[in-house]
Amino acid sequence: MTEAGSGAATAAGASRHAGRVDPLVVLGLADDALVYAQRLGEWLTRAPEIEEDMALGNIGLDLLGQARGLLTRVGELDGTGRDEDALAFWRDEREFRNVQLVERPRGDFAHEMARLLWFSAHRLERLRQEQQSPDEVVAGVAGKAVKEVAYHRDHATQWVLRLGDGTEESRARMQQALVDVAPYLPELTEDDPVGAPVAREYVEAVLAEAGLGAPPEPRWHARGGRTGIHSEAMGFLLAEMQHLHRTHPGASW
Amino acid sequence: MDGSQVGPLNAAETEDYAQVVEEHFGGLIDADQRIEPRDAMPAAYRDTLVRQMAQHAHSEIIGMQPEGNWITRAPSLRRKAILMAKVQDEAGHGLYLYSAAETLGVDRSELLAKLHAGKQKYSSIFNYPTLTWADVGAIGWLVDGAAIMNQVPLCRCSYGPYARAMVRICKEESFHQRQGFEILWTLARGTEAQREMAQDAVDRWWWPSLMMFGPPDTGENVNGAATQSHTKQSMAWGIKRFANDDLRQKFVDMTVPQAEKLGLTLPDPDLRWSEERGHWDFGEIDWEEFWRVLGGDGPCNAQRLAHRRQAHEEGAWVREAAAAYAAKHAARGQGAA
Ligand SMILES: [Fe+2]
Ligand SMILES: [Fe+2]
Repeated sequence: MTEAGSGAATAAGASRHAGRVDPLVVLGLADDALVYAQRLGEWLTRAPEIEEDMALGNIGLDLLGQARGLLTRVGELDGTGRDEDALAFWRDEREFRNVQLVERPRGDFAHEMARLLWFSAHRLERLRQEQQSPDEVVAGVAGKAVKEVAYHRDHATQWVLRLGDGTEESRARMQQALVDVAPYLPELTEDDPVGAPVAREYVEAVLAEAGLGAPPEPRWHARGGRTGIHSEAMGFLLAEMQHLHRTHPGASW
Repeated sequence: MDGSQVGPLNAAETEDYAQVVEEHFGGLIDADQRIEPRDAMPAAYRDTLVRQMAQHAHSEIIGMQPEGNWITRAPSLRRKAILMAKVQDEAGHGLYLYSAAETLGVDRSELLAKLHAGKQKYSSIFNYPTLTWADVGAIGWLVDGAAIMNQVPLCRCSYGPYARAMVRICKEESFHQRQGFEILWTLARGTEAQREMAQDAVDRWWWPSLMMFGPPDTGENVNGAATQSHTKQSMAWGIKRFANDDLRQKFVDMTVPQAEKLGLTLPDPDLRWSEERGHWDFGEIDWEEFWRVLGGDGPCNAQRLAHRRQAHEEGAWVREAAAAYAAKHAARGQGAA
């Protein structure tokens, strides 16, 4: 199940990057990681068991590391010379290019695992493509990140299996979480037409093994994250993340 | 009927056995050798250790909260990463210590239940709030610093699993302390507002840090007599190696020059070098505040415990699901075999 379709992803990655590297595409990849790391950071001290505080902290740290590497590169590629902090703390909402899935407020643990499963399945395919990026820095970050995100996907997989095949309650919560997350998936799909089917195939196999039904097609779905259109939750997320840094312009920390 | 009124049921419940245990255990302690889980040990030694390790583990877990409070607001991505890693380390410390306690036949869920019911304590220092970013620095520098001073002697504690957990933990705490110092160093050399923030944090955390070494060994306080005999016993058992006041003095002696390097003032007008003692003299600690906060009347006691309980209760269905899943799969595995 793990390696299915990676050959196709590699070929697509090469064609996708036949031309120059688009800093906005890299920014999307960076912002997904930054914003999701921000949400995962909220779990520390709130997880169902101490091992999970550590695991979610680890995943958040990995993503934060990916975000930092990519943001630094964006500041070089787009010619503005902004460093990682300038990009993280001084951009306004409309300049963030993350998909809306990652900015959703923290839900229960089932919602987090549904989000993590879909997110990491898609991100893994994207990163596999970016390993072929003509930009060495981006390719380098992706190369390291592939291993990390494969672990994230595995972590979510294990939990979705446990929750799906655990108790009545966990099964109901997991199923509901999948329904609630569904409207945020088309953004991931549109973002990566080549990798998305592979990601979907992976997740559906997990859901089948867990005895969970695939959620129905949502009536509404999120759109616009990659062009800077976000949900109501995003303003609060940024207010919290950016407030201290912006209160002391020019200060070093 | 629990059988306690029946008297000794077997030879291991007789005085004879108790004496053998005493001799074996006493021999190891006298030779300054490690006691291991399989060694016979007096019940009081075991109980003291379980209590102390549990309290220590709880402190690591509750201690995640005051700093966790700043993860989403950390002022740079580098600081955010360092802070997340630190809070995660503390969770790991909690796990090592619960595991060490489990070697004595208690389990983590039992200990957590006692914490949540308010029947076991955690370090009172975490009942103070983190009001600014500089508090993250002050906690690293002072609170981790004081913890290390307390914990390094525990690396030679007579109980093997506890001592080994402490060796691992002290190494990481030492990174934390350095990172805290570095946060304050940067703030103290930053803008006027940053410098003020750093000084304010040190003003608030200095005295509570000194209280972390516990009440004086002299017995000059309300619970003095009890404290004194407790200390004596723990020392005889090799659980405690130094008196509270000695460790506190060492901490002050080590920290004063560091404060000077930072260019921050420790909030104690009586702080001065004593030529004759060869130590820094310091002012009177407000032990009334210590007992008050320990007794539940601190700014964050209720909040810390409520936060911890809430996480535990909200996670109950997840833990139940994991247990149910494991049981089903164990059963299926047997069926297949
Ligand atoms: Fe710790
Ligand atoms: Fe620490």
